[in-house]
Amino acid sequence: MKKILALFAAAMLLASTAFAETKIEVKGSTTVLPIMQKLVEAYMKKNPDVKITVSGGGSGNGVKAIIDGTTDLAMSSRHMKDKEVKLAADKGVKANPIIIAIDAIIPIVNPANKVKGATIEQLRDIYMGKITNWKELGGDDESIVVISRDTSSGTYEAWQELVMGKGNRVFPGALLQASSGAVLQAIGKNKKAIGYDGYGYVNETVKGLEVNGVPGNPGTAAAGKYAISRPLFIITNGEPQGTLKGFVDFIMDPATGQKIVAEEGAVPVKK
Amino acid sequence: MAWSRKQKDDFIRNVFFVTAISSIVALALIMIYLFIEGLPIFKVTSVTDFLFGNYWYPTDDPPDFGIFPLIMASIAVTAVSSMIAIPLGVLTAVYMAEITTRKVRGIIKPIVELLAALPSVVIGFFGMVIVAPFLQQTFDLNTGLNLFNASIMLAFMSVPTICSVSEDAIYSVPRELKEASLALGATHCQTIFRVVLPASLSGISTAVILGMSRAIGETMVVLMVAGGAALIPTSLFDPVRPMPASIAAEMAEAPFRGNHYHALFAIGMVLFVFTLVFNIVADYVSEKHKQVGASTL
Repeated sequence: MKKILALFAAAMLLASTAFAETKIEVKGSTTVLPIMQKLVEAYMKKNPDVKITVSGGGSGNGVKAIIDGTTDLAMSSRHMKDKEVKLAADKGVKANPIIIAIDAIIPIVNPANKVKGATIEQLRDIYMGKITNWKELGGDDESIVVISRDTSSGTYEAWQELVMGKGNRVFPGALLQASSGAVLQAIGKNKKAIGYDGYGYVNETVKGLEVNGVPGNPGTAAAGKYAISRPLFIITNGEPQGTLKGFVDFIMDPATGQKIVAEEGAVPVKK
Repeated sequence: MAWSRKQKDDFIRNVFFVTAISSIVALALIMIYLFIEGLPIFKVTSVTDFLFGNYWYPTDDPPDFGIFPLIMASIAVTAVSSMIAIPLGVLTAVYMAEITTRKVRGIIKPIVELLAALPSVVIGFFGMVIVAPFLQQTFDLNTGLNLFNASIMLAFMSVPTICSVSEDAIYSVPRELKEASLALGATHCQTIFRVVLPASLSGISTAVILGMSRAIGETMVVLMVAGGAALIPTSLFDPVRPMPASIAAEMAEAPFRGNHYHALFAIGMVLFVFTLVFNIVADYVSEKHKQVGASTL
């Protein structure tokens, strides 16, 4: 009986240490969250012994968690602020931000629309309901049907931040669609419509607009020339080691993680 | 030990009592949960601002939680779809119950019932891909995703309910009423509209209310074809954003137990109150126009 108990205890100990070694915690940006969830799913399928828990909470929470040492990996949809960099240094944390993808959002119209591009200011005015006719952008004399994502979508938040700016709201007359697919569908069927979608979702049923004269694609987005784009980060404490390194390498691998990034609508950084 | 007759009876009675009570318990639990999760929003915004506010920007900073445009959209969509569905449903029921032959009825009835079995996502998809571009071209509109499109699609969904419940009501009109009417020299048409329909009014109004309840709570169709603009509609062809569509579209992205989350539950409360009112009205109407025997008409 004693023997069995001892064996059992040993097994428990082994199991718990194994468990502790392979547990990764990820926290932060809700923009990165859906991409991260897919990455984690795929990674855990390949490495069943690694347990990764992901939670949102926002970029600020993610950065705070990595500084406080309460998470192994932080997600952030923005650069670290000077204040945060300083705080990390004070606490002896070597915050190491890695760009895993670029969130580029493309304004899209029906392929039958003559308009080729718009400036950020024009896009803002369209979405505030100030510009209401395509002729003001050099198109046909037709009213503009403004299509937006739902106010709770991450794409909407990025649009709000990068195009609308603080204090400017998408006007209530805009048609709100609940998914990227619904936006494409609505624009593909309506030649007066304008909308926006993450780069990875845009397909041949719609036409992407140039923004400030720059076409949105992985090249211009990665070079920082395309206005409606922002890098998406993961942040580690120092160089990733051990199990965490395995996961980070998986994310940056063009054949696995970066492919998932593209499938989720963002621009991959490695090809 | 064999059970006595009384024990068996009691046992069966208890089984039925439990099954009957279970739906009440389920409703009570749902209601309690709805109110627990919905009420906290009123710490952030007042009831008046919530119900009559004109702006729905739940994720902005500072947020606006005004659902008046959503309520108006729900009412408008339900009203217009009822205007389409009630005549269609009731007249189809009259045709099946009173006019056509048994053989034709045997064809029409299953088809109408099949319409009820169509998943709403299929109807929504049809509205989005076929009807929206058609409406847009025919009426030269800005968008085919609007109040009218949603109403037509919802009418499709409430016609089968209205039709089959009305048909049952028409069937149950006592035979001697019709025979008396015909014996007095009334035509078939006069009999239908002056005797049969008034006599089955109770059942028909229940049918109508059931159909409307279906329309006001239907989510998928309004999410797909109503357009989703949080504006108070001023024309039949305005895009609208009914309450169920807002809940469905936003719940997935609303942070758990955040203000937005509570606000969506509060919308659920408003919807619950709407259906409750519908049902009370239905009960009242069917009670008031109840046909008792053949002599009360």
